[in-house]
Amino acid sequence: MDLELDEHAARFRDEVRSWLAENVPQRPLASFDTAEGFARHRAWEARLAEAGLSVVAWPEEFGGRDASLLEWVLFEEEYYAAGAPGRVSQNGIFMLAPTLFSHGTAEQRRRILPPMARGQEVWAQAWSEPEAGSDIAALRSTATRTEGGWLLSGQKTWSSRAAFADKAFGLFRSDPGSERHRGLTYLMFDLRAEGVRVRPIPQLDGEPGFAEIFLDGVFVPDADVLGEPGDGWRVAMTTANNERGLSLRSPGRFLAAADRLTELWQRVGDPADTALSGRVADAWIGARAYQLYTFGTVTRLREGGSLGPESSVNKLFWSHLDLALHETALDLLGPDGELRAEHGWVDGWLFALAGPIYGGTDQIQRNTVAERLLGLPRGDR
Amino acid sequence: MRFALSAEQKDFAASIGDFLSDVDTAAAARDWAAGDPGSGLTLWRGLAGIGITGLLVPERFDGLGADPVDLVVAFERLGYHAVPGPWVDTAAVLPMLLEDELLAGVAAGETLASVALPPHVPYALDADVAEARIAVAGTRLHAFAPGRALPSVDSCRRLFEVREGEVLGAAVDPPLAFDAGVLATAAQLLGAGQWLLDAAVDYARQRRQYGREIGRYQAVKHLLADVVTRLELARPLVHAAAIAVRDGAPTRARDVSAAKVAAGEAAYLAARTGLQVHGAIGYTAEHELGLRLAKVRALVAAWGTRGMHHRRVLDAVSGAVA
Repeated sequence: MDLELDEHAARFRDEVRSWLAENVPQRPLASFDTAEGFARHRAWEARLAEAGLSVVAWPEEFGGRDASLLEWVLFEEEYYAAGAPGRVSQNGIFMLAPTLFSHGTAEQRRRILPPMARGQEVWAQAWSEPEAGSDIAALRSTATRTEGGWLLSGQKTWSSRAAFADKAFGLFRSDPGSERHRGLTYLMFDLRAEGVRVRPIPQLDGEPGFAEIFLDGVFVPDADVLGEPGDGWRVAMTTANNERGLSLRSPGRFLAAADRLTELWQRVGDPADTALSGRVADAWIGARAYQLYTFGTVTRLREGGSLGPESSVNKLFWSHLDLALHETALDLLGPDGELRAEHGWVDGWLFALAGPIYGGTDQIQRNTVAERLLGLPRGDR
Repeated sequence: MRFALSAEQKDFAASIGDFLSDVDTAAAARDWAAGDPGSGLTLWRGLAGIGITGLLVPERFDGLGADPVDLVVAFERLGYHAVPGPWVDTAAVLPMLLEDELLAGVAAGETLASVALPPHVPYALDADVAEARIAVAGTRLHAFAPGRALPSVDSCRRLFEVREGEVLGAAVDPPLAFDAGVLATAAQLLGAGQWLLDAAVDYARQRRQYGREIGRYQAVKHLLADVVTRLELARPLVHAAAIAVRDGAPTRARDVSAAKVAAGEAAYLAARTGLQVHGAIGYTAEHELGLRLAKVRALVAAWGTRGMHHRRVLDAVSGAVA
């Protein structure tokens, strides 16, 4: 058992580190939930792509560099430690792309992945509907067969990035008599197509991080069905635990925040306030635990294991860790803790608040852990 | 990088588990608490036969000179089965304090040691049973005589005041010895927490209330999901701390302290939750849950408090970013 990097991985990490040191913008970019910030983030994605660093884990033919899972984790650690911008393309890169690699056709990969890697086409996720949050199987938007493709109708909501993105992907009910998980089809569509109306929804921070998407007979060609029609649930689920996706949220984010928290504690913390300094220590310990847990997961996957309900353990842990890191910082800041422009902690806290809600709420994750990892019986919800 | 136990380490854990499952460790623990160490000493010799007492003893004293990762693998099993006795003192700490023929007795399972390492380990564990009684004072080692008995919340931990006696010589590496004790304690906590979780899950599958197994209720499921999450995230900290001890890493103090804090909190949550899930049956002396619940509480305070370890982590990480 060891934590040593081999020469190849260490060289890769050093290359990433030095590129980021020279290229990360001095000032943080404006939020990508504003029109101006979105454009700047798109430009940043293009710059990352030019350096071959936007999608390191992808095959070279699509703009990646075939990095191993470990190298991907190292990349993420360096990325966040350097204070580099949040990834405006993350829905595409971490959610749609893995599904394309598993279920897409060669033509789809060739057509969709390279512009995604360069930030030319930014994707929004369109999973949720007004009646279906974590209960995706209750969704009602429809895909109706037409010549050469499908007509989409209905409403999606809480769709991240949709206010400014180019395209979206989601599940649609394609068999009118079907129930729950059956009869769903995974489709990709253009947010500027005829029949699409996007209504931005301001989030807690006041910016339109979400949008509603209204679809009225939007034509989608057969070429934009992912997997088999009617098989959308399975297509979506086989990549829901994807190792390079959100379930393995990169430990670099939390380590970087923990380091900033420690610096803040040194600057403004009162060592006699053991309650608060204990929380600082706990937050650092949590970030370190998460990093090490990820290294354990990487090792397991490399040796042929797969990610199952452990990804719910993962999500439960990091979503609370992220909140604890930010809440502790705000408490350390005292009266300055409510100030928004002076430091990044308020925005970080607003973002962290969403952790226990999105991608399956805490309650859904706990059910998954209890039933699938601990083997407790399924019960009433 | 390969951050996982080796096949040999998993086999080692399994063989300890098999051995302990075949003997009545609960009865040995209760005898030990009652001042009758016979069955506990039989258990001790059996475990010495598997190699546990010799793990950190150098080969020239007939030990195994093994990896500290092996040590945490073994101590997790000892904690799981609530094995009584001065295991931390003897198998983890003593080999870091002296280089002496005494260690050959340790490796053979014939010598039990009780070690006081003030200020964080002021009381001597099982000093009436151990024949090697050693106190650390600065850089020197003293023999000591057991003083007044001090009942612990865990009746299996027979604590005594320390009355310093003759000087034995220079200690080899007291800070390393302390960290090895902290590490082994963290591993024991993890094991105890895992037992508490397993027992609660088993119970929740069987116990019926209002016409169904209580494990069907989300309120119960969610408690147990939080416990497994804490334990799963504490374990890699314990393994990384063992690596830091093995490699003499500059982060050793930070890493063992982080492991102790996280393992202690996870185990304590497992104890509280285990009792909550069991209800009144878990509050009885007949039930094995109490053995772990008391031990977890005792070990959270032993080998450095949470506050002390928090300070060490903060000192290390703020030094690193300064």
